[in-house]
Amino acid sequence: MARLAGSRMLPAASTVAGAMLHEAVAGPLLVNLGITLARVVASFTVAMVFGTALGIAMGAWRRLDLALDSWVTVLLNLPALVVIVLMYVWFGLNEWAAIAAVALNKLPSTAVTLREGARALDRGLAEMAQSFRMGRWARLRHVVLPQLAPYLFAAARSGLAIIWKIVLVVELLGRSNGVGFQIESYFQLFDVTGILAYTLAFILVVQAIEWVLLQPLERRANRWRR
Amino acid sequence: MSAPVILEVDITRKSFAGRDGASQLVLEDLRFRLAPREIVAVVGPSGCGKTTLLRLIDGLDSDFTGRIVWHATDRPRIGTVFQEPRLLPWRTVRDNLTLVAAGREALADELLHALGLWPFRDAYPPQISLGMARRAAIARAFAIDPDLVLLDEPFVSLDPTMTERGRDVLLDAWRRRPTAALIVTHDMDDAAALADRVLLLSANPARIVAEVAIPPEQRRAGAEAAHALAQSLRQARAAEARPSGPISGSSGRR
Repeated sequence: MARLAGSRMLPAASTVAGAMLHEAVAGPLLVNLGITLARVVASFTVAMVFGTALGIAMGAWRRLDLALDSWVTVLLNLPALVVIVLMYVWFGLNEWAAIAAVALNKLPSTAVTLREGARALDRGLAEMAQSFRMGRWARLRHVVLPQLAPYLFAAARSGLAIIWKIVLVVELLGRSNGVGFQIESYFQLFDVTGILAYTLAFILVVQAIEWVLLQPLERRANRWRR
Repeated sequence: MSAPVILEVDITRKSFAGRDGASQLVLEDLRFRLAPREIVAVVGPSGCGKTTLLRLIDGLDSDFTGRIVWHATDRPRIGTVFQEPRLLPWRTVRDNLTLVAAGREALADELLHALGLWPFRDAYPPQISLGMARRAAIARAFAIDPDLVLLDEPFVSLDPTMTERGRDVLLDAWRRRPTAALIVTHDMDDAAALADRVLLLSANPARIVAEVAIPPEQRRAGAEAAHALAQSLRQARAAEARPSGPISGSSGRR
């Protein structure tokens, strides 16, 4: 360990931070970061929207749940690598295949989380909304979604974490830009400093999303709790 | 003379499928009419199907034999006060009213003032007491300027003082916005304090065993008068409960 520290294999934190700044100013770090982030946002959105819709539907209709349950379980347990390779083989080495592969990896767990939320919906409030003739949109917005908020936040958090990891693998296997691609080139050169510089940059971005986006949203959604 | 009628309820049968597949008859031959601005109390033992009756009128359940006919309006506005307040916990007290009564904010504010809820208008339901939440539920039912208010045991699990205050609050709202109201309760005191007319139900299946029109001078005449009235209503119920037939003469109450 001591021999590793400060060497090429495990550079000091200051070296990594310096490399990151240098890559950001003079190198392609910001471009790659932006491309990867766009892929993260796209596949996150697809996975959350479709996973949420599927989960609510499965929680609401027992027959749909029975019909799809084993498929969800299969998808949930399929290795990410298998999904990625299959998507590339079937649909080619393109952006759509990449995003679909990532989304498919996250979608089943979103569906399972939201299904629990849909099963726990308060029937009394649903009846109240029906009795007072609230419209479909008003019901979804004011009655259903607030009850699902904790489940949505749970799915979003774990989703963000898993999606950016998988996006990197997808880039490494079949894209010619992005953080994953860049890490692969550093891997060829055994450039640990470069790898860690990119990792550090991404960790900072993910933390920023947590602080700037998720936590304020969650506070807002929870302000009614005592 | 035929009095104006807003609602005609004629339920021949309502049954539920039991767990063993056999159907259980809950309501049978339940017929009554409701006039505008009339408060009718339906009194019956717990679990006799009173809530089911309200659900049928409310349209939450349409699986029954018979008919429920509205007069003078095609799309009746029904304000329901459920047994539990059923407020949206993530919306403020005022939002809970205005969400269902869009365009009637002035009426909502008037009710909030009248029912003593104004200081709590920006509070969230988990932050107020059960009694206050019940009040808010009553205010919400009246805030839609309803054709009919349905109340399902609205004062259950409140202590006697709070119950009395609750009845006053309800009457306050009703005097402000007179409307037909149907209140189901197991508590004869509720009926005596609030109603123009009382329907007494039997248990399993629920049928109307007696209908008592309360004389105008005794209606909503305050807590003490209501207490005496409740006594006589109980006696009327006991008399109905006596088995009929030639040998029943001196058998007394069941």
